[in-house]
Amino acid sequence: MSTTSTTIVNLPDQRTATIPKKNYITAEDGLLSWLLTGDHKRIAMLYLVSITFFFFIGGAFAGLIRLELLTPQPDLVASDTYNKLFSMHGIVMVFLFLVPSVPATLGNFLIPIMIGAKDLAFPKINLLSWYLYMAGGLFTLAALVLGGVDTGWTFTTPLSTHYLNTHVVTAGLGVFIIGFSSIFTGLNFIVTIHRMRAPGMTWFRMPLFVWSNYAASILMVLGTPVLAITLVLVVLERTIHIGVFDPTLGGDPLLFQHLFWFYSHPAVYIMILPGMGVISEVISTFSRKRVFGYTAVAFSSVAIAVFGFFVWEHHMFIMGVSNYSALVFSLLTMLVAVPSAIKVFNWAFTLQKGSITFETPMLYAFAFIGLFTIGGLTGVFLGSLGMDIHLTETYFIVAHFHYVMVGGMLMAFMSGVHFWWPKMVGRMYPESLSKLSAVTSFIGFNLTFMPQFILGYLGMPRRYHSYPAEYQVLNVLSTAGATVLGIGFLLPLIYLAWSLKYGAIAGNNPWQATGLEWQIQSPPLTENFIETPIVDYEAYDYEWLAHKTEQEVTTVG
Amino acid sequence: MDNTIVATHDTHAEEHHHVSLPQHRHHFETEQQQREAGTFGMWLFLLTEIMFFGGLFFAYLLYRNWYNPAFVAASNQLSIPLGTVNTAVLISSGFFMALGVWAAEVRKKGLLVIFLILTIISGCVFLGVKYFEYKEKWEKHHIPGASFDISEFVNPPLNPKTGKPIEEPLAPDMAQKTQVFFSLYFAMTGMHALHMIIGIVLLFWLTWRAHRGEFSSGYVAPIENFGLYWHFVDIVWIFLFPLLYLINRHPGT
Repeated sequence: MSTTSTTIVNLPDQRTATIPKKNYITAEDGLLSWLLTGDHKRIAMLYLVSITFFFFIGGAFAGLIRLELLTPQPDLVASDTYNKLFSMHGIVMVFLFLVPSVPATLGNFLIPIMIGAKDLAFPKINLLSWYLYMAGGLFTLAALVLGGVDTGWTFTTPLSTHYLNTHVVTAGLGVFIIGFSSIFTGLNFIVTIHRMRAPGMTWFRMPLFVWSNYAASILMVLGTPVLAITLVLVVLERTIHIGVFDPTLGGDPLLFQHLFWFYSHPAVYIMILPGMGVISEVISTFSRKRVFGYTAVAFSSVAIAVFGFFVWEHHMFIMGVSNYSALVFSLLTMLVAVPSAIKVFNWAFTLQKGSITFETPMLYAFAFIGLFTIGGLTGVFLGSLGMDIHLTETYFIVAHFHYVMVGGMLMAFMSGVHFWWPKMVGRMYPESLSKLSAVTSFIGFNLTFMPQFILGYLGMPRRYHSYPAEYQVLNVLSTAGATVLGIGFLLPLIYLAWSLKYGAIAGNNPWQATGLEWQIQSPPLTENFIETPIVDYEAYDYEWLAHKTEQEVTTVG
Repeated sequence: MDNTIVATHDTHAEEHHHVSLPQHRHHFETEQQQREAGTFGMWLFLLTEIMFFGGLFFAYLLYRNWYNPAFVAASNQLSIPLGTVNTAVLISSGFFMALGVWAAEVRKKGLLVIFLILTIISGCVFLGVKYFEYKEKWEKHHIPGASFDISEFVNPPLNPKTGKPIEEPLAPDMAQKTQVFFSLYFAMTGMHALHMIIGIVLLFWLTWRAHRGEFSSGYVAPIENFGLYWHFVDIVWIFLFPLLYLINRHPGT
């Protein structure tokens, strides 16, 4: 560990520094210039604003759920309202926040810059994908305003097709449309990464953030269409009563589960892989070392993507699938833990003997590693057949996937937003306040979800709004934690908005990081690079950076 | 801007500058890069389409295996002559589309417009035939839903010459499963028809652009990529036709 310096932040002299007059934000004025833009950076900002909006809507539902669970009696909302609350929480958080979170914002902003391109391959399709996202979001909001939907985010048949009189069709169409936005984002990334790399930017010189987004894009492109056709069949079954999933007509509800989870399990990796990419960048930068085992980390992303397609049946162990196939899928589920573990071990080895500093992105990254590891390991519990039968459909599984999705993905998202905030807006966020929010959300998170592991193990089922009185203490802890967690996520909203105007001017490379994005001005020009860069160094080469800085000093001096 | 990692344009890219087409987008280094990216993107899109239809094919194969007698009886309701005519129509539309791509490549504007229009016409003929097939199902109450009628499968009509049923009668519970067949028949051919309709709309737009001469000066990417899409829709039908109409029929029993 470093003993000589406590920070690597290197800001320009604030008395003389200015934000470059010409940049992607000032390039054009007016609302229309944003709504009709083809610039990947502007589209990323549009996405950032929209997913933040939906995140707080989803968060409000979570708050109401926790408030109801404060007492064992159903006293705040009726049971059907409660069903709507957790369904809308799931649908909004999964499809409108987690799936597009890192790829559509940070990925959109950074992938072209990181590989030395001027834009994504298809700027218009990129813009279209944002409009599809917004259209899908409007459908989902419409379903909400008209009275909600209460199928759970899984649209389980025949519940969704026959037994409910809520807005399944509206919400289903919403998710269908958002799916296309995700397909187009993934397609754009894959083509860009294959065809638009700058001279010298070989596959194994790409930052690991690009690798992990590439792997996630494969999942988006191959998985999402299966969800699309499944939702089409649900909607057709509900509207014109075709009989594909309806057992009374000879259809099989299990087929729905197979098709749904064929997308929705890989979707978990769509959500987590880009987050892992963020962590690789942050860990390397704040320990001043090349990521240990670069190639292994790069391939483990692809391995997660490939294995991720062959584990879906572990969501169905208690649904009457054959014991032999359950055995195979249990084994495959264990296998997917291997590439995830490769990443965690490699991050740990990157830290070893590094010059570690503790800026906010690094704090969030530490939170990610710890919480994701807990989430991942409890996933192994659930993947083993005997344990799964005891624990599935309890709060244990709720805690498990929140450790992966919130503790993992959301922490990675926060880490990435703080890390690249100076690049995106040209100004620093306030460091001490953001450290406070990182610590607050870490404590709040654990207080919320750790009790849920115990609750689940004791047998409290998920999706109920009342519970036996002996579970109350743990539920009160969880609700208290949710309050702290809420503050931890509200704080950044306030101080990041504040920093847009009052933050310190960041300069090109406040973290002294090696990526191509840090070698250009902040905020970048519309065309990113004045001239196409030629890459002649490996990723995370801090000696190259030191050498370059030295040269500049001599040139200027 | 730091100058150690940026070098000036390599001369290769410079050479392309003075021959650039108006359609060349600035964020691509070369026109070739733009064209390759477009084609690659189209192939990826078709991959998503394969996954989309894959879900339907999977459902079909599963239920066909489970309810084989019902699926055989129900597929006997489909008209092989109409299906064959439609297959021929669709293959010729694919042929016209391929000729269209060739016409664009050799920069023959008139021919390109003619071939695109021929593609549109054969696409419309296909949809017309499909309309009459759907109409027949409607009249026979073979549309899934409340008015679905299984009587024809439980009590098949008699052959006037032999006095025997023209098909093996099905037990009522198996006959009920013909509804699964027709559900999938309409879902699969309906999704295919929807793709054709979208394709025909795009074809009108491309024909108008071709008429204005946009594809007569060496810029053929939209025609080429649309051609890929159109052929893909054809290929889906090439799989649908045998699966729905042909396999395991017992004609004339």
